[in-house]
Amino acid sequence: MTAVAPRTRALPLQAAATKRRRKYDPTRRSVALTIVMSLLLIYSLLPLFWLVINSTKTQEDLFGTFGLWFGNDFALFDNIGQTLTYNNGIFLRWLGNTVMYVVIGAGGATILATAAGYGLAKYQFPGRRAVFAIVLGAVAVPGTALAVPTFLMFSQVGLTNTPLSVIIPSLISPFGLYLMWVYAADAIPTELLEAARMDGASEARIFFTISMKLLTPGIVTVLLFAVVATWNNYFLPLIMLSDPQWYPLTLGLNQWNLQAIGVGSTPIFNLVITGSLLTIVPIIAIFLVLQRYWQSGLGAGGVKE
Amino acid sequence: MTATPASVLPLARPNKPRKAKASFAGWGFVGPFMLVFALVFLAPVAYSIYLSMFRNQLIGGNAFVGFDNYVRAFNDPQFWDGLLRVASFLAVQVPIMLIIALVAALAIDSARMYASNVFRIVIFLPYAVPAVVAALMWGFMYSDRLGLAGNINDLIGSDVLAPLSPQWLLVSIGNIVTWEFAGYNMLIFYAALRTISTDLYEAAALDGANQFRIIRSIKLPALRPAIIISIIFSIIGSFQLFNEPNILRGIVPNLISTFYTPNMYAYNLSFTGQQFNYAATVAIIMGVVTAVIAYIVQLRGNRAGQR
Repeated sequence: MTAVAPRTRALPLQAAATKRRRKYDPTRRSVALTIVMSLLLIYSLLPLFWLVINSTKTQEDLFGTFGLWFGNDFALFDNIGQTLTYNNGIFLRWLGNTVMYVVIGAGGATILATAAGYGLAKYQFPGRRAVFAIVLGAVAVPGTALAVPTFLMFSQVGLTNTPLSVIIPSLISPFGLYLMWVYAADAIPTELLEAARMDGASEARIFFTISMKLLTPGIVTVLLFAVVATWNNYFLPLIMLSDPQWYPLTLGLNQWNLQAIGVGSTPIFNLVITGSLLTIVPIIAIFLVLQRYWQSGLGAGGVKE
Repeated sequence: MTATPASVLPLARPNKPRKAKASFAGWGFVGPFMLVFALVFLAPVAYSIYLSMFRNQLIGGNAFVGFDNYVRAFNDPQFWDGLLRVASFLAVQVPIMLIIALVAALAIDSARMYASNVFRIVIFLPYAVPAVVAALMWGFMYSDRLGLAGNINDLIGSDVLAPLSPQWLLVSIGNIVTWEFAGYNMLIFYAALRTISTDLYEAAALDGANQFRIIRSIKLPALRPAIIISIIFSIIGSFQLFNEPNILRGIVPNLISTFYTPNMYAYNLSFTGQQFNYAATVAIIMGVVTAVIAYIVQLRGNRAGQR
């Protein structure tokens, strides 16, 4: 590689050559850049650090001690116990609801987006361009433009305040469809499908035995983003649900927080904080465990035009 | 991708039966998605437009009023208040967030950092945190009573730091949103940077280009589609601003009105005011405004790219 260097200009001096190479060698590490970026790293971690520290505090210490260090008592396990048992263990109920919404909603969204993205990428059919235009156009429609009429439609058929009212809208992920479409176009060679058809395999069999394997990194990426969207969903359940028995964690935590300003009620900040920590631990764990997948999935086709 | 001989083959010889079968199979894959999509996307949009044309009156019941609701919205100071607020939010927060994301992506991609993997994952991590938890954490940290702001003020013996005061509130919300989404945008940019062939960098280095020249002439042009997508997503997100102010409202109820953002306005019109028709109108207007601005950004982005 360095042999071609003199192409641009004759550089007979060894010193000049090494000087230039050192300057442009991309593997040279920069301490200054690392330090500057560390500020962003600290910014990203600060609230999470605050959350971990403060979930170890009693309510008294929350008010009375410095925010970024431990309080007088180490009450983490006490707080976790209280969070899980408060109000007859409603937190566990919310956790169960969230898991249900995620498994059915995000799981269904991934299946629908995978099949549709694959269909758009690998088949010619009448109306294909129209499908693409409609779905991309729909991404620009704000959630509220949909939420209010969806609520009214669901209330007319008696779906509001049921798990289905949260699950059904979660089944559609236009971003997932787009990601899957781009990914499938790249990851599956058309000649492979042709060969399988020559051998007499049905389209469904080709999809389940050949294409699904090749699509795995893309599927995991779409699943992960759908899981995050459903796990973190707030606006949709806020509109649809009135019975706390069906709340997901996000709605429940906000309800606990609102107790502080309610008349004649006692604030439970320690439970809000510990509950928040318990809410984010599973989703962050999933992200870290699956990072190899989502990084390759996004890298392969996330934002190509 | 590259057209391999094998993929050209089917075009060369007419094969009508298979083509017909393929077209049917295509709908088999796309059909289920489109069915649910029609139910939860197209039907609500259509219903929303229908609702916005009517008014529920005490006398006469549900009456067709044409564009009266739209006229009302354009003369509604509360609607304008929210719209201008999210517009100024958009003008300030989105550029800051995207520049942070861009710098971070370029730094991590430059291979000149120690432990760049750790940086990439940790900076992206806030995206996985629910908006509710993000707003609660920052809200607590902002507050005087149990927060960092109070601690710092005690430390320096003043009360300069007042993130939850009327004049700083929108900035504080902007900080929460930046914290949540800077890493997400960084990852989008980073993914686009990884698709650039390293041959280009080597050629540029041989021609004597320095890092900044490489960024300006190779990396930024290659990032254009990703930047346009990020801008469009951020515009949509800003106009939909709801979660963060709605949750902070639980901490500072007096500072955040029911019409703080158009989305909150539509929500409160529906669920506390029972004005479903007018709420649908506000939502439709916001949808149209968002779509038009997103479209202009895309158009301008593409045109600039052709130059």
